[in-house]
Amino acid sequence: MTLTFAHRVDSAALSRRAFLKASATAAGGLALGFVVPGRSEAAGTESAALNGFVRIEPDGRIHLTIPMVEMGQGTYTSLAMLLAEELEVKLDSIVPEHAPPNNALYANPILHEQSTGLSASTRGFWLPLRQAGAGARIMLVTAAAQRWKVDPAQCTAKDGVIRDPSGQRSLAYREVALAAAQIKPPALDQIKLKAPGQFTLIGTSPKRLEAAGKVSGRTQFGIDAIVPGMKFAAIAISPVGGGKPKQVNQAAALAVKGVRQVVAIDEAVAVVADHTGAAKKGLEAAAIQWDDGPNAQINSQGIVAQLKAGSETPGVIARNDGNVEQAFAKAARRFDAVYELPFLAHAAMEPMNCTVHLRKDTCEIWVGTQVPTTTQSRVAALTGLPKDAVILHNQFLGGGFGRRLEPDGTLLAVKIAKHVDGPVKVIWSREEDIQHDIYRPYYYDRISAAVDISGNPVAWHHRVCGSSVVARFAPPLFKNGLDFDAVEGAAEPPYAFPNILVDYVRVDPASITTGFWRGVGPVHNVFIVESFIDELAFAARQDPVDYRRRLLSNNPRALAVLNLAADKAGWGQTMPAGKARGISLQFAFGSYLSQVAEVAVDANGKVKVERIVCAVDCGIAVTPSMIEAQVQSGTIFGLTAALRGAITIKDGRVQQSNFDSYPPMRIDEVPRIETHIVPSTENPGGLGEAATAIVAPAVTNAIFAATGRRIRKLPIEEV
Amino acid sequence: MAYVLKINGASHTVDADGDTPLLWVLRDVLQMTGTKFGCGMALCGACTVHLDGAATRACITTIDSVGDAAITTIEAIGQSDAGRKVQQAWLDLDVVQCGYCQSGQIMSATALLMSNAHPSDSDINDAMSGNVCRCGTYNRIRDAIKLAAGAKP
Repeated sequence: MTLTFAHRVDSAALSRRAFLKASATAAGGLALGFVVPGRSEAAGTESAALNGFVRIEPDGRIHLTIPMVEMGQGTYTSLAMLLAEELEVKLDSIVPEHAPPNNALYANPILHEQSTGLSASTRGFWLPLRQAGAGARIMLVTAAAQRWKVDPAQCTAKDGVIRDPSGQRSLAYREVALAAAQIKPPALDQIKLKAPGQFTLIGTSPKRLEAAGKVSGRTQFGIDAIVPGMKFAAIAISPVGGGKPKQVNQAAALAVKGVRQVVAIDEAVAVVADHTGAAKKGLEAAAIQWDDGPNAQINSQGIVAQLKAGSETPGVIARNDGNVEQAFAKAARRFDAVYELPFLAHAAMEPMNCTVHLRKDTCEIWVGTQVPTTTQSRVAALTGLPKDAVILHNQFLGGGFGRRLEPDGTLLAVKIAKHVDGPVKVIWSREEDIQHDIYRPYYYDRISAAVDISGNPVAWHHRVCGSSVVARFAPPLFKNGLDFDAVEGAAEPPYAFPNILVDYVRVDPASITTGFWRGVGPVHNVFIVESFIDELAFAARQDPVDYRRRLLSNNPRALAVLNLAADKAGWGQTMPAGKARGISLQFAFGSYLSQVAEVAVDANGKVKVERIVCAVDCGIAVTPSMIEAQVQSGTIFGLTAALRGAITIKDGRVQQSNFDSYPPMRIDEVPRIETHIVPSTENPGGLGEAATAIVAPAVTNAIFAATGRRIRKLPIEEV
Repeated sequence: MAYVLKINGASHTVDADGDTPLLWVLRDVLQMTGTKFGCGMALCGACTVHLDGAATRACITTIDSVGDAAITTIEAIGQSDAGRKVQQAWLDLDVVQCGYCQSGQIMSATALLMSNAHPSDSDINDAMSGNVCRCGTYNRIRDAIKLAAGAKP
């Protein structure tokens, strides 16, 4: 078995060790938080409780510190729903607030860090937030019952109001919040949570809590932070990794109206001005010449050759069931293929930016980040300040997609701020954002299958070859040379193979830093597994859906989504010439998805994706409207990459630079996307990334069905 | 040199080079941050404002080119009938995700409805394909424009 994030869920462990801690708020309300013994930062348990998840204030508002960041996935609403369901309050009485960095208080129970990623927010907080809601409700009801001198078990609570056993008297939560703060919170294992059949809020689709600010321009993203007296910096980073500025025309830059300062640091030049317009003009005037350093010879072709060579050598075993070698030797036929996926940039709509005010004894930061605690620690190390002196104000994120799991933009801004007197806002241009991303790895994978005389697979060998994100990002999780993320979706395909070998070869190309990209491991492996299964089905002269069904007899949830997608899409119904359907299936992030793509290919080979049908079993559907939104979002993100996403390197430089050379899909190009949710009482799975991973093979399988052209290298529209 | 800009009904005097993009004057000088920076090349529409009611990319519109045109930004778009309907439709259909591009989307959609009360799908494509959304909210944007126009999505 491989180590995947799904296996590391320890909400149960959290509930065994953790306990609720209550206190009064400064305003005279109830504050409730978790204390987890043993967490390094949990020493001050009093403050832990004070800063905890939930505060019920005398004004009736319920403040929920949301440990995860809102970057479009809807977590502020979904997590608030988990609390509100058990607390018995109306959703709109909850005020979501950004969490400050604190692993002891806000770590995701799956990731063990205050990190928003890997589609783990709902999964991670499914239990703790409902426990917090129920715990607070019990304390509030107890406080009211004490005042009335009645049995709390006979009282009821609904919409933030407690009623006595007769139904004659009532108290609002705000009226007993302070009294409740004096009551000992119930032990977590004594809290009885609702059964799925009792939910009144979970499973409904309320409107997003933060939407009003986003339609009126009031929402503050990182780039919108306003700090009195701040200056604005435009930056140029060495176009070749490891290069340095050689010559900077400071005088020309300073001659631009509004420019105050030119700052040259190791890898970049910043022009600081009264506004970004002047800073950009000054940066252009600076006419920077670069010393490219040792990496100016690097090209995509060389990187691919290096990966190809790596893929020809055995890797670290991720999974080895049965005897693959023997099965291949005895098989009726074998099939072999090479699949390649390109480097990808994230290109979030909000370009990288960070505002810093570095003083002698503190460093204040305004940024939207998926990793507030890591960022805080890294800034502390960079400045020599104690961690507590690094004050991070997290913001709404204008898209994350994994890019904001990296603190590099903040560190660069702090390096610049060291030279600036007062606060400075550093904004990257779109070109800098795309050319200095931390890219999705290039993968060069080999895959082979042996089949019996009926064409059924008897052995499967998938060798993943690419750089290791985990080894760089989280070294302690890189165990025995295996990157569990690189093989996720490959090591445990949904199908039953009697013999399966999955191995991993790590090849890190020089000067190209790679990172997590929406869909992470599965986005690459599902494309390969689902394409190759389709190849085997075709070779066996079987319908791709029927072929998959036969391999899913022990996987009922996967089979159910496959059947649902096929059914809703009208699988098997005739299509006009040049049009066809393709299907794909995956289990990833704790959720099962199946997609059918309908494509049209014209005489010039131009592909148009006309319709996507997606079946989803993500366990209990906490917010169906958000699930639909994430299916649409993930699908378009993955489809954009599949059709035309590629970052290429020439002379050490990234060749793409803006939305003309790294083109996103637009409204006139996207298909209608239909989402069908399987009712379930299983615990929720993750969904922010699932659809990104599943779409590419549905489309390429459809292209094969339409044209006979098998696409083994992405993007589809070769650059 | 000083320029006088008419923004959301008020006059603002700005002392900056004439080739300064309107976007940075709005965001950095006047601290109206609802208008967003996305690409700097009129490729994404995040910075869309109205100049005399026409959707315009503020990132390539220099302040010396504005003249006495009336500038409207997302902060004031709800004061127009079309703008208010568009914003309400966006809320009714829960269009937003990360939300960063939505100021620009709403400005483009409002400009469309102000000139064409009942746009067809093809009209929507023409008016909206300059606005990029990396969260992929396009299906709901299309439906919301139709809702705001009083049509069934």
